[in-house]
Amino acid sequence: MKCDQCDKPAMVHEVVIQNGNKVEMHLCAEHAAARGYILPTVPVTQILQQFAAAGKSLKAQKAAARRCDACDLTFAEFRQTGRFGCASCYDSFMPSVAAIIERAQSGAVSHRGRTPKRIEGQADRAAIRRQLIKEIEAAVAAEQYERAASLQGRLHQLGMDTKPSTDQAS
Amino acid sequence: MSEQIPIYSSPDADVVVSVRIRVARNLAGFPFTGRASDSQRQEVLQMVTHAPLGGSFPDGLAWVNMNQASMQERQLLVERHLVSKNFAESPLPRALGLGRSESLGVMVNEEDHLRIQSILPGFQMNEAFELAHSFDQALEETVDFAFHQRWGYLTACPTNVGCGIRLGAMLHLPALRYSGELERVKRAAKDLHLAVRGYYGEGTHAIGNFYQVSNQVTLGASEEELLQHFRDEVIPKLVDYERTARQMLLEKNRPLIEDKVYRARATLKVARLLGAEEATKLLSTLRFGICTGMLHNLNIECVEQLLLQVQPAHLAQLDPFAVKEEMGRLSRANLVRRSLGDYSEDSPEI
Repeated sequence: MKCDQCDKPAMVHEVVIQNGNKVEMHLCAEHAAARGYILPTVPVTQILQQFAAAGKSLKAQKAAARRCDACDLTFAEFRQTGRFGCASCYDSFMPSVAAIIERAQSGAVSHRGRTPKRIEGQADRAAIRRQLIKEIEAAVAAEQYERAASLQGRLHQLGMDTKPSTDQAS
Repeated sequence: MSEQIPIYSSPDADVVVSVRIRVARNLAGFPFTGRASDSQRQEVLQMVTHAPLGGSFPDGLAWVNMNQASMQERQLLVERHLVSKNFAESPLPRALGLGRSESLGVMVNEEDHLRIQSILPGFQMNEAFELAHSFDQALEETVDFAFHQRWGYLTACPTNVGCGIRLGAMLHLPALRYSGELERVKRAAKDLHLAVRGYYGEGTHAIGNFYQVSNQVTLGASEEELLQHFRDEVIPKLVDYERTARQMLLEKNRPLIEDKVYRARATLKVARLLGAEEATKLLSTLRFGICTGMLHNLNIECVEQLLLQVQPAHLAQLDPFAVKEEMGRLSRANLVRRSLGDYSEDSPEI
């Protein structure tokens, strides 16, 4: 929007009441200064953006700086390319990995297909069970009941339930 | 690579041009291709290309060193959908294993260490699945694949994790396009977690109303469940939509459709210069004419053959002068006229 008094872009926008009428005012930096307005050297919006970014970046930077123990890929690099560096990334970047996969895979929470012959029967069922229970608890705490039910379904499929006494870990 | 292109007529060939199964695998103990060093990539190449294959895959593969292949050879493989564009253009150490009759292609050092692809004409979903699966199984007897108890087969991109399998079909959908229904079908496909892509897959546009449809979910269902859903529900539904649209178009707009088809035939039979994209579009319309019973003297196999032969690298294989664009257009038009019969030579049909 242009200044009311020249063609320069308006920096100050104000609605004032003059003689009982509402009047909009748009002024460039020069004409605003001439009328006694004190303009900040840095626009307020920019200050707010920087402030918000600083608050956000503390958390984001911490997450982005996480590294895979095996291949040294950072989570920020993964975010940029959408590609993991190695098999260990899947464990290194938990729990973010679970959320990313579930989103990409329409809510699927674990593999139900073939298992290579060499590791058939060697599954660490106790570890899977512990992980699933942890996620069910987190989902319930976050009131994500649909997700919790889906995870619960997976536990049942594996012939497990949430009671410790029935753990058939091998 | 053979000059003979395998063509097969199946009951659903009017809509399903071909099917493709792609299995993504990575070798345990190595970083994925993008993160691996060149020496690790070489090691992966050595391990895969020298792996003794078990009894379930007695024919073995012929290995092509992609780094030594010419630009034209690589383009030829892309046109045949045996390799991805990225793979053809990548500078990394890589190889392609080709199975008998070129229905199986195994890319080594693509985004994942292995991309096992089987492609068959028509709706031969079970056969394509078996082909890719038998190689996968045979290789797994000698090498260890990266596998996670919860996430299944691990892949560089989490969208492929789990079974690591993508089931795809190249569909010819001219009637859905002409009747303006395609966008609705695309939206429905998205809701069913399907990807609808162009002629050469991801990031490419649809030429000649050919679309690649594939599953996007690879986790949470077994290989057989994914196959069954795609083969028995997804594709038959899309085939049905297209056939209904064809019937409706012919009932309501027959002259318009006939005009399109006969104009396409006439252009192909008289043109002296033809670009690859123009030829593909016209041949697609011809294919539509054959499948709807408008053209009786042509067969679908001939058109399918031409659809491949008019692509730049295939044309250059037939006519080395066709590598130059202007010569290519001339050569392409000649090839099409020779195959379909030339109207301008006093054909009584005109």
